[in-house]
Formats: sequence, structure tokens, C-alpha cells
Amino acid sequence: MTSTRRLLLGPGWIRAAWMTALFFGIGFAIVVGIRALAGWDPVIFWDAIIVVAALTAAPIGFLAGLGAFDYWVAWAFGQPTKPEDHSGHGARRWTDYFRINTDHKVIGIQYVSTTIFFFLAGGLLAMLVRAELAQPEANFVDPQTYNQLFSVHASLMIFLFVIPAFAGLANYVLPLMIGAPDMAFPRLNALSYWLLPIGGTMMLASFFFPGFGAGWTNYAPLSVVQPFGNVFFSMAVQWAGASSIMTALNFLVTIVTMRAPGMTFWRMPLLVWANFTTSLLVVIATPFIAGSQFFVMFDKVMHTNFFEVAGGGYPLGYQHIFWFYSHPAVYIMILPGFGIASEVISTMSRKPIFGYRLMALSLVAILILGFSVWAHHMFVAGMAPWLRIPMMITTLLIAVPTGIKVFSWLATTWEGKINFSTPMLWGLGFVSQFVIGGLSGIFLGAVPIDIHASDTYFIVAHIHYVLLGGSLFTIFAGIYYWFPKMTGRMYNERLGKLHFWVTFLAFNATFFPMHIIGLQGQPRRVYTYEDRFGDWNLFISISSFVLGVSFLVFVYNMIVSWAHGPRAVANPWRGMTLEWQVSSPPPLFNFDEVPQVVGNPYEYGVPGARHAVFNGEREEVRAEAREEEVRT
Amino acid sequence: MRAGSLIRVLLVALLLAAGATAVAIFIPWLPDDASKEGERIDFVFWFVTAICIAIFSVVASLSVYSLVKFRAKPDDDSDGPPVHGHTGIEIVWTVIPLVLVLAMIVVSSVALAQNDREPKGAMRVEILGQQFAWTVAYPPPGTSPDVDHFVCFTRGSGDVDKRCKSSPNLVLPVDRPARLHLTAREVIHSFWVPEFRQKQDAVPGLETEITVTPTKTGNYRFICTELCGLGHALMRTRAIVMEQSDFDTWRGAK
Repeated sequence: MTSTRRLLLGPGWIRAAWMTALFFGIGFAIVVGIRALAGWDPVIFWDAIIVVAALTAAPIGFLAGLGAFDYWVAWAFGQPTKPEDHSGHGARRWTDYFRINTDHKVIGIQYVSTTIFFFLAGGLLAMLVRAELAQPEANFVDPQTYNQLFSVHASLMIFLFVIPAFAGLANYVLPLMIGAPDMAFPRLNALSYWLLPIGGTMMLASFFFPGFGAGWTNYAPLSVVQPFGNVFFSMAVQWAGASSIMTALNFLVTIVTMRAPGMTFWRMPLLVWANFTTSLLVVIATPFIAGSQFFVMFDKVMHTNFFEVAGGGYPLGYQHIFWFYSHPAVYIMILPGFGIASEVISTMSRKPIFGYRLMALSLVAILILGFSVWAHHMFVAGMAPWLRIPMMITTLLIAVPTGIKVFSWLATTWEGKINFSTPMLWGLGFVSQFVIGGLSGIFLGAVPIDIHASDTYFIVAHIHYVLLGGSLFTIFAGIYYWFPKMTGRMYNERLGKLHFWVTFLAFNATFFPMHIIGLQGQPRRVYTYEDRFGDWNLFISISSFVLGVSFLVFVYNMIVSWAHGPRAVANPWRGMTLEWQVSSPPPLFNFDEVPQVVGNPYEYGVPGARHAVFNGEREEVRAEAREEEVRT
Repeated sequence: MRAGSLIRVLLVALLLAAGATAVAIFIPWLPDDASKEGERIDFVFWFVTAICIAIFSVVASLSVYSLVKFRAKPDDDSDGPPVHGHTGIEIVWTVIPLVLVLAMIVVSSVALAQNDREPKGAMRVEILGQQFAWTVAYPPPGTSPDVDHFVCFTRGSGDVDKRCKSSPNLVLPVDRPARLHLTAREVIHSFWVPEFRQKQDAVPGLETEITVTPTKTGNYRFICTELCGLGHALMRTRAIVMEQSDFDTWRGAK
């Protein structure tokens, strides 16, 4: 009896199932109740019911059922809270990854696995887009489906892959790197993870409710006149965005308050710096996209007039609000990658990172400049013409701190002892592709060229060089680099290299020609195009299928190596940062003893240099220091 | 850096610069140029391209040299020299990009200012985008419209005033500047003629403007480049540039 009771009422998937249904019912009752009282016709109005009951209330029921709020609810109602027995920490079985878990290491793996799932889903949609574009005529899907394919592709890649994949990797390694036992708010951390599958499911579900076909930018007023399914995007962004904000707050508090003794800001690894600046971007900017999508949804469902001209709305207002988030979002999607690249390139070159302080400061410069460039997405949009000049100046100025980073990575490899392991290949691949993406970005930053290139395939090429050649490559660098730490097993190096080279070549074959057809006159977001672009498009489509297949090598390598790979040692890369000073995988609370940070994180080649020492060694270090003192 | 390695890096850089220049020259990057504004945009394009080739050659040659030269031997577990930075070099690679960026800003701003000007005697043309067709209208010569006021289009409808000549194509006389005034009916559309290089969104409730001075007679593509719904890919028509006399005949015809 008690066990049945626990099964039904205890936190878990069964309770999640009936609470989802219950909350849907509550939402349904609220809508129908209000409509009945007000005497509106029809009383059962499915548009409103879906927004309130299915997209808002039901997910809250799901989270409550899983147990995301148990501790807070008990505390709020004055009931005895479960004493923190750490039963929510660590994963003993694979099923533990499907529960609310407060261990940042489990959450990190949950994040990375979930985002890889959505990456594959989004990639599959891209394959369908390329299947349609292989021939100039429309011959594979209808226009509405086509518009949804590229819209959902971009939304999944941005909101459910790149942004949360970085959050996931940092979730795992950041507390380790600063010598903390966990994140500052473990329960908030668990909640922010579980918001993701909700957002992702909504984006995918939009295929069953046609209407999200206005591109991931969802420009008003087109989004407002789209069929009803557009609200799935509006609400999915709210869930994924809330997840981003919670994680970013968690990172900020963790970095500020939980650094190990001796870990000053100038001793933090650059990945920590990168996530510090990224988190600032997230907490400041993300509310703007939340607002823009709420406005679109209100215009749609409640017939407000934020963007509808007929009612006095202002279409360009949408673009300003949207890009005030979505340009900083570009840096949200690349700064953590800069951090990963710095870790990998320094360790694999066996040299200190070149110009550490300038590397950290350039992150801060990008953070600040990143907020002042949003309207460079609107050079042809019809905003005040003079506004284009200051936006061009700030946009092109960002090339300076970004250039500093690229030059510093190259200088780090200079005279190093470069180990071309898989993570390093991805790290260097990132630098090379990001340079190309950065240079095409300079073309687009110059207003006159942007006027010609805007909304063409040149843009598609540019964003894929910075987001795929840039962000994605660093995500792979990070996954391969920390795979031994996260799983305690080693991946297959030969398959890793195969994965890199196939992806690298197929990526360039897919996206480089897009620069040409774009400038020649092929606009983006079309399902049919002029015959003369047919050969290039066929070549691009074939290359993209090879690119798609290359990720199967990755998935195979990850799954098989996680299950059967050779045991990994604590520090396979001979890294100096703190995560490599503990076992693989790390102990339940990361450090059996609190590390004392005594030096910089990248002191490769400095004789006797240490980043941190542990209790047992402290005396030893002090004795050495005394000896040194006596000698001098 | 020793002199020997400097020479080798320079050789690689020259090789890469030659390769990149060949790619820039032999691939037909831009369609034909058929407007004065387009010539200025092309100048900016090639100016930026030259700078980008230089940057690319420097970065790529240094990477290629470094990655080939400094790869670790299979059993070499030692570390590289503990170089933490070099203030001089760091200043150099901050200042040089800054100067290049400023140069591009100046060139772009000048070209933009010239292209944005409304030339004296420019012909007024009004363009309306609606799902999924363009309507081009020519007010009677001599009408001086109030600021922000369409002569031929009534806000929010697709009707064309009777006094105006209307056409599904954009027809322009050669060598005479035309000021295009754009708006849209329900959603945002965007005017683009690749051969003119000029692009401008047409926004409901707004009047946006752009200048085009055709320099060659011909028949060009006039494409909507802002996603506007299911028929977006098909929202295409022609931009026809003809001699002034032909234009006058066309315009006079019913």
C-alpha cells in the first residue's frame, strides 16, 4: 500500500504524468470559466486553451510532478523539509539521469545529452531543407512545411543546442575549475535543466500545429498573421529563456562567491571568465526576447496592437526589441566557446595562454560593445538612416578584441609542443573557421556591402561559419576534452579524428559556396530559386548530407566509448586547472579537501609551478617557500 | 623569430595571398553592375576584400607555419617555453586592426553618404509590396508630394490613384537618378535588384526611400528578400532600364 502510495505521490514520472493532466485541467477550467462568466462565444475556445492550459499550466504540473518544487513548496507551507541527505546527488544508475538531480555533474551530463538530441533533431530538419533545395523547383515539401523546417531548425540549434550545450559543459566543469563542491543553487540548477526539454518539445510540437513559419527571427507583422501554431515558438522561447536566465544567475553567484581560497579573478581559468561575461549577457539581454515574443503572442491571441499598423502598432519596434537580445545572443553563443578554445589550445600546446589578462579583458570589451550593435541587423529595415553609422562603428570595432583573441591563440601555439589530439583539432578548426566567419562579418558590418548582401545566402554562409565552424566546433572540442573527466572513460581517438576531418571538409564544401550564390542573387528562406544556381545548390546539398552523416560517427563514438571505452586516468591531458587534479569522474562533492590556489592556471613550462595545492601538500609548499627565503 | 623562419612565414603568406586573390578574381562574386550606387558599393566591397585578404594571409601563414613546425614528437612530453605575453606585440595587434577598421568605417561612410543623397531632379517612383506582388507607380511629372505622403497609394490598401501610371515591373530611364519610395500593405517586404546592389525593406505604415541611378539598359531581376509568407520565393518581377525616349513612350502609353 505504502509503496503504491509512494509511486503515485512521490516525485517521479508517474506523478509528473497525472500532475501534467491535472494542471492542464486547471488551465482549461480557468479559460472556460472566464469565457462562460463573460458570456463569450465560443466558451470552449481552443486557441486560448492551448496557450493557457497546454503551453503554460501543464509544464508547471510536469515540473511539480517530477519534484522540481518539492523542497520549496514544503518550506513555503511550513512543512518539515527533507534534511539535505544528498540523496539527490550523484548518479548510480542510468535511470538517475531521468530524475530531478541536484548534482552539477549529473546536470551537466543531462544538459549535454539533451542538447545533442536536439542538435540531431535540428540537423535532420536541415537535411530536409537541403533535400528541397537540391533542385531549383519545388518538389519535396509544400511552402508552409518548408518555412517551418528552416524556422524550427534554427530555433532548435540556437535555443536548444548551442546556448544550453555551453551551459551544460560549464555546469560540469566550472564548479570543478574554481574549486567548488557544487553550484551555488543546486535546486535552481536542476529546475533550469528541466525547463529545456519542455521548450524543445514545444518547438518540435509546432509541426503538428502549423504556423511557426516566419523564421527564427519571427518578424512581426508576419508572425502575427501566421496560423495559430506560431504561439508554440513564442512559448517555447519563454521556457528555454527562463532556463538560460536561471543558469546564468547560478553561474554568476557561483563564480563570485564560491571560488576556492586563493582563486582571485586574475587566477581564474579563461573558461570561467568566459562564462562570467556570458552570464552577464544572458541576465541582461534575455528578458528582451521574452518580451518580444509575448508581444507577438498577445497581438495574435488577444488582438493587442503592439506591431499591427492598422491599430497603431510599429513593426520596427519588434526588430529593435528582438535584436536587443538576439545580437548579444550571438556572443552568448560564442564567448563560452572562446573559453573552451583557450583551455584546449593552451593545454595541448604545452604553453601558457598568451596575454592572459588581455584575453580576459577582450571578453569584457566584447560584452560591453555587444550591447551597442543590435541595429546592424537592420541596416535595410527602414530605421533612421543616421543610426546606421554608429552601429557600423561599434560593429567593426568588435573586430579588434576578437582579433586580439585569435592572435593570442596563435601566439600560444607558437614554439609550443603541439599535441594534435581530437580536442585540439576541433579547437584549431574553430580558430580557422572563425577567422573566415569573422572576415565575412566585416563585409556585413560595412553598411554599403550589407545593403547588397543582407537577406541573401551570404548571410546564411556567415552565420554558419560563426555558429557551426565557431560555436559547434568548440562544443565538440569541449566534449572530447572533458569526456574522460565526465564519464571516467576514454573515447576512441581514431574515430574522433575521423569525425573532425569529415565534418571539417564537408562543412566547408557546404557553406563556402553559399557566399558566392548569395552575392550573385539567391535570397535566403526560399524553397525555389533560379535555375542558374542549380549546380551549386546540388553540390551544397550533397556536401550537407556528408556533413550530416559525419555526426553519426560522433554519436557512435560517444555511446560505445561511454559503455566500453578504456578507463580514463585523472589527468589524461596533463592539464593544470583544478578539474584535472581530481579523479575521473570526480568524487561526489568534487574535492575531498578544499584546494588552495597558489598560482595561475596555465603555467606550462614554468619549473615547479602549481595552480593549486591540497591540504597534504600545503606544508610541503610552505617548507619549500621557507627554504627559498633562507636561500635568498 | 629568427630570420630564416621569418622568410618562410613570408613565403607562405605570399602564397596564401596569391591563392586568395585568385579566388577573389576568378570566381564571379558579384553580378554585373548596372547603377551608379552599385559602383560605389563595389568599390567598398573590393576595398574590404583587399584588407581581408591581407589579414587572412597573415593569420593563415602564421597558423600553418606554427602548426607544421611546432608539432610535438610522439614521445616528447616536455612543455614549451613559458612565454606569458609580450606587451609590444599585443599593442601592435591591437593598433593595426584598429587602424584598418577605421579605414573601412571611413570608406563605408563616404560611400553610404553619397548613395543616400537624393540627387536634384530625381524621378519619384512609388513601390508597394503586398503578398505576393509588387506594384510600381509613377506620379504625374511635377507633383511635389508632402513629406511622408504617398501620391499614388492610399495607406493600407493596394489601390493606385488614377492620375498615376502603374506597372508590375520597375521601369526606369537610363542615366537618370530615381528616388524609390517604398511601403508595404500587410507584412514587411524588401526591394532588391542585385545588379543595382541597392536593397531596402518596404514596411507597412512607413515610407522608406532609396536612390537608384541606372547606368546600363537591360532587363534585371527584382526580388523580394524579406520572408513575407508562403509565396515569398515567387515574389519576383523585372527591373527594366531603357533609353529616356523609350521610357517617355512607355510612360505615355495607356
